[in-house]
Amino acid sequence: METLLNDFSVGLFVMQALILLILILLMRKFAWKPILGALDSREEGIQNALDSAEKAKMDMENLQADNLKMLQEARTEREEMLKEARDMKNKMIEDAKKEANETASKLITQAQATIESEKKAAIADLKSQVAILSVEIAEKVVRTELSNKDQQLKLVETMLGEKSLN
Amino acid sequence: MVAKKSIKFIAVLILCSITAFASDEKNNHKGNKIDSPTEIKEYIKHHLKDSHDFHLFTNNETGTHVSFSLPVIVWTNNGLKTFMSSAFHHDDNGEVIVDQGDTRLVKLHSKIYELDNGASTVSFDEHHHPTNAHKVLDFSITKSVFGMLLAGLLMLLGFGALARGYKKGKVIPTGFSRVLEPLVLYVRDEIARPNIGEKKYKKFMSFLLTVFFFIWILNLLGLTPLGFNVTGQIAVTVCLALFTMVIYMFSGSKDFWAHTLWMPGVPVILRPILALIELVGFIVIKPFSLLVRLFANMTAGHFVVMSLIALMITMKEAFGPVASTGMSLVLALFISVIEILVAFLQAFIFTMLSSLFIGMAVEEHDHH
Amino acid sequence: MYNLIGAGLIVIGGGIGLGQIGGKAMEGIARQPEAAGKIQTAMIIIGALLEGLAFGALILGK
Repeated sequence: METLLNDFSVGLFVMQALILLILILLMRKFAWKPILGALDSREEGIQNALDSAEKAKMDMENLQADNLKMLQEARTEREEMLKEARDMKNKMIEDAKKEANETASKLITQAQATIESEKKAAIADLKSQVAILSVEIAEKVVRTELSNKDQQLKLVETMLGEKSLN
Repeated sequence: MVAKKSIKFIAVLILCSITAFASDEKNNHKGNKIDSPTEIKEYIKHHLKDSHDFHLFTNNETGTHVSFSLPVIVWTNNGLKTFMSSAFHHDDNGEVIVDQGDTRLVKLHSKIYELDNGASTVSFDEHHHPTNAHKVLDFSITKSVFGMLLAGLLMLLGFGALARGYKKGKVIPTGFSRVLEPLVLYVRDEIARPNIGEKKYKKFMSFLLTVFFFIWILNLLGLTPLGFNVTGQIAVTVCLALFTMVIYMFSGSKDFWAHTLWMPGVPVILRPILALIELVGFIVIKPFSLLVRLFANMTAGHFVVMSLIALMITMKEAFGPVASTGMSLVLALFISVIEILVAFLQAFIFTMLSSLFIGMAVEEHDHH
Repeated sequence: MYNLIGAGLIVIGGGIGLGQIGGKAMEGIARQPEAAGKIQTAMIIIGALLEGLAFGALILGK
């Protein structure tokens, strides 16, 4: 300890303090401030670049997602349109079928009605014919067998029985 | 450009002073070689001290010293005296008296003494302390001061170049600056940031960076054969530690003072005692450990390296010249490699602990 | 003479302490290799504090 205290030189201490102080100030002005500033700004720049790259990537992803979405939409739209068209076609076919059926059934009913009326007419005609025929028969019977009244009636009856209404 | 010119100027100056003082110095006290253990011990002790001239080597056969002298600036009873250290003619025993008009000065064990009025030679008591002379305030450009100036110049050149590179718009430095940049980053990211804290570290960066590189360069200069032992001077380390102390004492936050002087959560009777302990710790113990660590490490390092080099002389009789030289070479090389590590480690530890203490002082606690 | 004995004791104490620090740090690193950097820094700091203590004692006792 004594030798140490003996070795302690006040002059050297003062010189060292002065030199260190001046050195700190000089270094701060000429070296540390610009260096640390440059390092900071460089790191900031790198950070910014990284951030913007990240952002660009995100944008890209968003864009891709948008594209995909649009594609999807287009596809669904096409799908829908196709479906609509198919539906329309089916409907048209259905409608056409229905119409055709209706027309056909109408035609059939008409035909049936016609047939019915024809039949009625025919029956009426037949009836009148039968009447005429019976009158003719009666004439003939009257002409030939006017004498036998019983026989006449019998005859009429049998004939009528034979000729059932068709 | 200016930097290059100044380097050339200094080189020319050094060469001139070497040639100027190389021939006219006659060794008039010890003519024999240094080869006994006591002489080696003396030599090492002398090396560990500061000196007033830059001594390179001595040719003992012709008695010529090859050295260049440095200016001596002393504050005596009669005011400021400046002269070149060559006036002492390499005397270190108080034999050569330099007459500066009304003041007579002698150099004794690397210290400059002023003779009392009327005395013409130094007289000693039985402990070899001078009785009729007293120490003077010595602001000389000693070897250590020269070393500091050299280190400062190197730092200004190196980091100035790095800063200029950035200013010119280079984002990535080239050349030697590329080596310096990671070191600056290392100090910032590994030492300052984690210990002081993200918010406040910027204010202390200038001090920490300067001190780190200052100590490191001086430690490395101490490993060169030029024989600097700047960080092994107790005055230098005291100054460095005081700088740290002043900085952390003056940047202490409110919380720091509250916790130091009136520790919360402790019985009131204990608080003054704790405050005393804390204050002594911050004002005395922490700076003391800082300064002693650096001083002792560097002194011990120099001592060991020089002792191992001296092995080739002390072991010559026991093992023969070849074996002793080889042994000393291998051991000295080994220790030198460790010393290179220690040179960095001590700079790192000093900066690390400084920032740790600063961090303790500026820390703001969450209120519990 | 007593000084030398004291110095020896200091060195023994410091050596034991440094050995403990180093050994425990190695164990820590072996257990958690990913924390090696932090452990190393802490080890160096504590080692430095111990060293300061030992050197302080050496110098005060000298």
